[in-house]
Amino acid sequence: MAAIEIQGLEKTYSVGFWRKKPKLALRPLNLKVEDGEIFGFLGPNGAGKTTTLKMLMGLVYPTGGTAHILGMELDDPRMKAQIGFLPEQPYFYDYLTGRELLEYYGRLSGVDSKTVSRKASEMLERVGLKDSANVQLRKFSKGMLQRVGIAQAILHGPRVVFFDEPMSGLDPMGRREVRDLMVELKREGKTVFFSTHILSDAEALCDRVAIVHKGELQGVGAVAELTSSVSSRVELIWRGTVVPAALQGLGAECHVTGDTARALIPESSQDAALDALRRERLHLVSVMPVRTSLEDYFVQKLRPAQTMAGSRA
Amino acid sequence: MRASRLVSLVAGALLALTLTISVLLLRCIDTVRSGAPLEEVLYVSSPKVLKRMSLGYDGLLADIYWTRAVQYFGGKHHSGVKRYDLLAPLLEITTQLDPHLLVAYEYGANFLAPAPPLGAGMPERAIALQEFGIRNNPDDWHLYYNEGFVYYTELNDYAKAADAFARGARRPHAHPFLAVMAGRMAEHAGDLQMARMMWSTTYDTTRDKSVKANAAAHLRALQVDEDVTVLEQINNRYHQMTGRFAGSFGELASAGLLRGTPLDPLGHDYKLMPDGRVEVRHPDDLPFIQKGTPPDYTPPPVPKILPTD
Amino acid sequence: MSSRVFNIAFNTFREAVRDRVLYNLVAFALLMTGAAILVGQISIDIERLVVVNLGLTAVSLFGMVIAIFIGIGLVSKEIEKRTLYTVLSRPVRRWEFIVGKFFGLAGTLIVNSVCMAVGVFAALFYVSRHFQSADGWVLVGLYFIILQFLIVTSLTLLFSSFSSPLLSAVFAFSLFVIGSFSEDLRGFASMTRGISKWLATAAAYLVPNFSALNVISSVAHQNPVSGQLIVYNTAYALFYATMALSGAVLIFERRNLK
Repeated sequence: MAAIEIQGLEKTYSVGFWRKKPKLALRPLNLKVEDGEIFGFLGPNGAGKTTTLKMLMGLVYPTGGTAHILGMELDDPRMKAQIGFLPEQPYFYDYLTGRELLEYYGRLSGVDSKTVSRKASEMLERVGLKDSANVQLRKFSKGMLQRVGIAQAILHGPRVVFFDEPMSGLDPMGRREVRDLMVELKREGKTVFFSTHILSDAEALCDRVAIVHKGELQGVGAVAELTSSVSSRVELIWRGTVVPAALQGLGAECHVTGDTARALIPESSQDAALDALRRERLHLVSVMPVRTSLEDYFVQKLRPAQTMAGSRA
Repeated sequence: MRASRLVSLVAGALLALTLTISVLLLRCIDTVRSGAPLEEVLYVSSPKVLKRMSLGYDGLLADIYWTRAVQYFGGKHHSGVKRYDLLAPLLEITTQLDPHLLVAYEYGANFLAPAPPLGAGMPERAIALQEFGIRNNPDDWHLYYNEGFVYYTELNDYAKAADAFARGARRPHAHPFLAVMAGRMAEHAGDLQMARMMWSTTYDTTRDKSVKANAAAHLRALQVDEDVTVLEQINNRYHQMTGRFAGSFGELASAGLLRGTPLDPLGHDYKLMPDGRVEVRHPDDLPFIQKGTPPDYTPPPVPKILPTD
Repeated sequence: MSSRVFNIAFNTFREAVRDRVLYNLVAFALLMTGAAILVGQISIDIERLVVVNLGLTAVSLFGMVIAIFIGIGLVSKEIEKRTLYTVLSRPVRRWEFIVGKFFGLAGTLIVNSVCMAVGVFAALFYVSRHFQSADGWVLVGLYFIILQFLIVTSLTLLFSSFSSPLLSAVFAFSLFVIGSFSEDLRGFASMTRGISKWLATAAAYLVPNFSALNVISSVAHQNPVSGQLIVYNTAYALFYATMALSGAVLIFERRNLK
């Protein structure tokens, strides 16, 4: 049984007070996430990722289609007891301490009063907040809030976990910890569904990804499958500071550092580029194929969309 | 979302059900509490304090108290009660809050002064009310008229009535009758004409429906008193002429004493009684009449004042 | 189900307490102390009257302010701060959330009022040195004020479920003022004709009947309150609050949370 099954889920908002104009947030989406995989939900901002997640969580009602999690309806409380959710840039009741928050959420998720205290302690330890257990959340840093957010999402032992931009606002150490945690969760047999616009994380973690853009699904599959469909690039390195004009025309990205120049060109233009260098009698140092990244996939697929935030990561 | 639909259904049904029950309970509460909000008026020991506590919204509060006064009097009137204890405090508070609410003074003069069941039977307080009004609205002739009216109709103090009318006659736009009544009060105090002039003034100048209806009823009564007096005089002359009293108006007409059949202000003909008296056909419809009723007649506890149309 | 409602209610209460709401009791205590001392020194014979009038009016006004200030944010603040997301993604039904919030605020107000009642009776004892049996009616007056709070809480919750805090405050306050004159409104309505009669009557019956729940000056004069009125008022408050809550549930159930 698929952990998450989305069939034709769509959302159209009507904007405006008097004459309602329809605004399409998500076109009918079909997606299946298998049990026990880490699934990445990628796309630029405004692509419809958060809308999809909100619909799955029952915060927003779809205008069409259905979805099932663990085979159950989206409003089934039995299903909700088995999922966890970490929203984007979460904000929690700042007058509660970390421990109080986890115990409150635990009880709401059906953890009985006898065990909830113990589980809260375990979680706090697991996310590294043991020392701040009795500090009010209003004194927490961004990173600490993110950790307590993860804690509340997994406290009750859910089978499927949903993270919306889990790395946002974290420093590199924090991001590493979250990545490690997600791998742990997979080892525990949980399904992880997370949305992000940081491609390197998705590449490192995900078994499969889905890419949405402007409310529409652009592609879905294992990372390797997707990147292999994109034409690869080649990196040329030569000595000197001259960059032939012809090379520029081939769509190359050129950098000059010291007395060495580098250029990235599409594989198809490789011969033309080598010819250009030879004509200028430039000394070639190396010719190397560059592994295509998800970013390449994005740039190719989503052009003329905004450039991806690979640099923003 | 099936569960959502169920919840919406239940909530909707609950909404409708509780709404209905709330409205029903409201009516029950109103019955239990009838008169209670008004009795609180007795607890306002100082209207001046109330005015200060109303934080500048005294105009609105005055309107609220005025409406309560009207409803109180109207409601009690219809249910046949004989005491109107709360009318005076209600009117006093109303005028304290808004001293320029002229209709309240008029109401006081017409319904605070007369004895029960027509009014609250507090003519002195009615006078005090007018004097308060005059202090705050010195140029309004209505208030002087009201004062004179109460002195004349309830206290029978013709000198003070004349004085009030005289003062009022000097105000701008005063009704011409004021000067006339002031001048004639000394000699003709008990005259029918005087009374008629007074009630006509009230009838012509008031804008309040109940005051107008009351004045109309008094004018009709005066008419009846005059008619009955004249008709009985004619019947006496007929008796002198023929040795017996007339049995019908036709006889009086043939004797040349009368032209046509006289009708009372409601359009019915009078009755000629064997002992020479003249009576009205429907005395219950003509409150305030002093003549023309059968000897054993008791007026209904609540005078039936017909609405003016 | 009921444990979730209880948990939400308790958390709402905890939030109010940590928001330092209960500090209003300090202001109230100062007020009552000052008044009791002043009155004890000045006047003859009306000490009890002043203490009861002032005390109950203060309980009513303080409580109204708290009910409105906290009530308007009960739902809208959670949506704005997005704390609601992690709650509703749990097996918490939307109606349980609303009902829990209601009991939380109602509980806060009741605790607050009980503390204030102690203050009122303390002041009463101070100025008159003994209690009379007629003082029991003060408790009834207090009970009615608590019923008023239940109604106001349910109304602010209703407004909070769809409207901004500012508008909710305006609506709630307006309904409180109009409701305090609801008996007069019904009187006005009976004197009008035509369409305005229908509109005025509809409004007069929909507006909460706070005037019947305000027996402050009556109990200050040591008048009894009829048992029938107590029963009717209790039932009315419960049904009216349920009505407003049903409305809140209905609206909140359908709401898309941006």
